[in-house]
Amino acid sequence: MVLATARAGNGSLDGAILAARDLTRVFGAGRHANVAVDRLNFDIKAGETVALIGESGSGKTTTGRMLLGLMPPTGGTVYYRGADLADFRKRHGLKGYWRHVQAVFQDPFASFNNFYSVKRCMMNAYKLFPQKPPPAERLARVREAIAMVGLDVDDMLSKYPHQLSGGQRQRLMIARALVIQPSVLIADEPTSMIDASSRAAILNILLELRQRLGITIIFITHDIGMAYYTSDRLFIMHQGKIVEEGPADEIIRRPQHAYTKRLLADVPTLQREWIL
Amino acid sequence: MTTLLEVKNLKAYYQTPAGDDVRAVDGVSLGLSEGEVLGIAGESGCGKTTLAQVLALTVRKPLYIKEGTVWLEGQDALALDQETMRRDILGKTISTVPQGAMNSLNPTLRVRNLAIDVIRDHYPQITRAEAVERARERLELLGLPSRVLDSYPHQLSGGMKQRVITVISTLLNPKLLIVDEPTSALDVSSQKVVIKLLLELLEKEIIRSIVFITHELPLLRHVADRIAIMYAGKLAELGRMEELIFSPKHPYTQGLVGSILSPEPGLREHKVVGIPGRPPDMKRPPPGCRFGERCPERLAICAQEPPAFELQGREVWCWLLQEQVMAR
Repeated sequence: MVLATARAGNGSLDGAILAARDLTRVFGAGRHANVAVDRLNFDIKAGETVALIGESGSGKTTTGRMLLGLMPPTGGTVYYRGADLADFRKRHGLKGYWRHVQAVFQDPFASFNNFYSVKRCMMNAYKLFPQKPPPAERLARVREAIAMVGLDVDDMLSKYPHQLSGGQRQRLMIARALVIQPSVLIADEPTSMIDASSRAAILNILLELRQRLGITIIFITHDIGMAYYTSDRLFIMHQGKIVEEGPADEIIRRPQHAYTKRLLADVPTLQREWIL
Repeated sequence: MTTLLEVKNLKAYYQTPAGDDVRAVDGVSLGLSEGEVLGIAGESGCGKTTLAQVLALTVRKPLYIKEGTVWLEGQDALALDQETMRRDILGKTISTVPQGAMNSLNPTLRVRNLAIDVIRDHYPQITRAEAVERARERLELLGLPSRVLDSYPHQLSGGMKQRVITVISTLLNPKLLIVDEPTSALDVSSQKVVIKLLLELLEKEIIRSIVFITHELPLLRHVADRIAIMYAGKLAELGRMEELIFSPKHPYTQGLVGSILSPEPGLREHKVVGIPGRPPDMKRPPPGCRFGERCPERLAICAQEPPAFELQGREVWCWLLQEQVMAR
């Protein structure tokens, strides 16, 4: 296993759609400084599905926010297709970045304006485009996206968010991201507020999108089972650092780091005895 | 085994301003013995939290009891007047850790104030100092640091907050503790310490029984003696943990068990499908089996009549099983 930190510094960014070099975020200063993210280094290839796994306070969400440009790093760099995100922002703006990198968040109940119909919420996605496609094409793309996530298009368009279940809202969030046709989707706990019975359906939609559209997906989650089901590579985060990374099967079958071992042992499963 | 709690044909509805009833719990019967951990599981909106509220005897408007009985140690719990219930039952016989309790601690008060309130509300003759002392002893007995009594809620981690609340809720040694999603906001490691505490409370006989409400079957696999699966206000299946988890009979239970994403080798090899569709509108539940519309194995009768059949020795509310038994 090669630890990410071994490649620190200005390693080659060849083929990485999104990469981090010494990415750091410190909250507070002086005696109260809290290093939330501590010199992360990773490369994510186009078309890959990876998961950043950690418990609360591990720095996984802060990392996600920095990857999305929602929070500036206090050290290090995020690279999008080899370009420094800070430079990319200067040239294309944050909205320009979000046309390529989209997100689905944890709380599907907080993601919608309750006074807007689904149609309006979806059409608003075009605000990210400096030149919008013609109106007919706009609606056609919205309809296509809604169909792609397995929802009834005509039924959905006229509805308001309060008429939808959590699962339906989360599917619409994915559909909204699809309208934009991003190359990277960052999914921060996309199913933690969804019932177990609908969880798989939503994850399967994301996996299909990856097959059909080649979208790169980054899951940010505490749910190692979900990460294992969906992702090719796993990054285990603990106290701001990546303590272990590797192919999902490797990590589940042969975890190396003591923290990963503990994390796996702490998950209650049906088959294995849970040592309390 | 003595029966602690017995619920018969319980119907608990919410009244909407428009005058409709939302039938959150719609004809549930179950019993709980002393020494038992009963898990209640199901999707959001299935009525499990409402059922917990009724069992905890904390029914408040717009929730009301439409029908049915709740017997607590042989007395009709629904007939008790508010004052008797508050003074003699709540906290002493039945105690609850409601959903999200750890986030409802008063942020401006130290934890010990909550302990003092709980004890002195039931035993006014106990002084504040004595009450704190009792809480301290209890924490130490359970291997928790007694300094948490001097802490403010924000100084404690999520796992510690939830444990502290659980300890304070059981200071008066209630026979029954009802916990509603006690660990769903916690990390796996914190989840484990909370579960450990619950089992220790049982072991030390501080409490005698637990009703554990959760949507996580893997948790119940390790703590529950029996599990009740609820769907749309009714029980779908009720049985011993081993039977229910390892040989579920109801298609809904099978779907739930099949939806679990466990980090165990092999998970990636096949597609997990979950249960398509969503539960019915509880204002107008379907006349037949409530799961009928989503059931992969539904029969013609399922849309017409609610399953009235009980498999011998196991409670499985499903027409399919009747067909199978008849065919034999």
